[in-house]
Amino acid sequence: MQVLEDLFYTKSHEWIKFEDEKTALVGLTDYAQKELGELVFVNLPEEGEETKAGASFADVESVKAVSDVYCPLTGVVGTINEELLDAPELINESPYAAWFVKIEDITDKVELLSAEEYEEYVQKETEE
Amino acid sequence: MELHTPLYETHLKYHGKMVPFAGYLLPIQYEQGVIKEHMAVRTRAGLFDVSHMGEILCKGEDALANLQYLLTNDFTNMAEGQARYSPMCNERGGTVDDLIVYKQKENQYLIVVNAANKDKDFKWMRKHAFGKAEFTDISEMTAQIALQGPKAKEILQKLAAADSIPGKYYHARFDVKAAGIPCMISQTGYTGEDGYEIYMDGKDAPAMWEALMEAGKEEGLIPCGLGARDTLRLEAAMPLYGHEMDDTVNPVETGLGFAVKLQKEDFIGKAYLPGKELLTRKRVGLKVTGRGIIREQEEVFVNHQKIGFTTSGTHCPYLGYPAAMAILDTAYTEIGTKVTVPVRGRQVEAEVVGLPFYKKGLSIRSGNEKEKYGIK
Repeated sequence: MQVLEDLFYTKSHEWIKFEDEKTALVGLTDYAQKELGELVFVNLPEEGEETKAGASFADVESVKAVSDVYCPLTGVVGTINEELLDAPELINESPYAAWFVKIEDITDKVELLSAEEYEEYVQKETEE
Repeated sequence: MELHTPLYETHLKYHGKMVPFAGYLLPIQYEQGVIKEHMAVRTRAGLFDVSHMGEILCKGEDALANLQYLLTNDFTNMAEGQARYSPMCNERGGTVDDLIVYKQKENQYLIVVNAANKDKDFKWMRKHAFGKAEFTDISEMTAQIALQGPKAKEILQKLAAADSIPGKYYHARFDVKAAGIPCMISQTGYTGEDGYEIYMDGKDAPAMWEALMEAGKEEGLIPCGLGARDTLRLEAAMPLYGHEMDDTVNPVETGLGFAVKLQKEDFIGKAYLPGKELLTRKRVGLKVTGRGIIREQEEVFVNHQKIGFTTSGTHCPYLGYPAAMAILDTAYTEIGTKVTVPVRGRQVEAEVVGLPFYKKGLSIRSGNEKEKYGIK
């Protein structure tokens, strides 16, 4: 499992990359994409939509199942990564480059983990 | 607690991702994943453990008469070594199961049933048995491996003599050998490709698996899990019990009219089975024309009017688009009919298309795809 040092993580396996205090990119972690398997469809929110920290805001589908993606941040969807709509496999190929959305005007967030904490968390989760 | 098939240890060795299915722990996929496994079967060959399937032996002077009464198809004109597909109906025409009957010899038939229905089927058969006919559940001791794909024959020929391999679809050879192991070889499958299903004693299954994997190395044979089995059968529009049919859906509605012989004498469910022209609903294919994947048990609408429900649906790896099967009011089953299916709060547009979605030999979409999956 690959974890990048300069990102933050959630217990629901999203990564967050802050551009500044009010702006961040959100995507799915390497661990999450491996667990989900080959993704064949992704559904993203609309630009301008408000997001609520901890609420589902996108979903990803493999041939077998659909899974929710949770937004770790309260804010507004500034930009969506349209490339993913046509090529969901990018999430599998390079999960940390395949950002889902850019969230702006951030006012709140869920509990965020550092790279080290996230790694420990996943290890514990897989041992159970 | 889930049971293990005789190939459980083998799956672990090949890094199968094990999940509970019909009371067994079986691989949903191996390392390469569902899509690559699917493509291997369409273009080369794949190996499946289908030991969870149930096998019931029917023996006795009245075996044929029992089958004629229990099942909707007609078995009177079967030759030894032939296989025949049939639904089994309840009194009201609903489907108890769908199965394959092999005629092994006069007064002896092997019936292969769905794993999840095995106990129900066996009880049903015993309950309705009459005269001199004995039903025996031999599932426990029987393992089954499916070798599927355009290269299946080439691979099997390396391990079995030419006269041990059946020459036609829905034919089988009994008491033959492959890789030196006693087995039955049937030319059948659930993928829409050419291929074989090999039945053997459970204790011999790991050796057979390894022999096939070794023999298929050159051809690019890979192990495939339940995930690919499901996407392959869906592309080929093969119905699955519990999805396209169940106790409340009759086989004519499922599109299995070819295996329902209304002209034969009495059989269970006959009075409730309509001819094609009297159907009020039937199975169709839906091709997604909008964005999204339609799964099973979604409602289908035309102009805000509910016209039926989906029974299976996924992204089709070979065709490259999402598709579903649905049981719809016959008034809306014309090819080209536009429908909408609400999926998780969004309206997904789809269109009624002919079945199957995929037919053997259909060529792949583009050069890029060919390169991606190593097809020449």
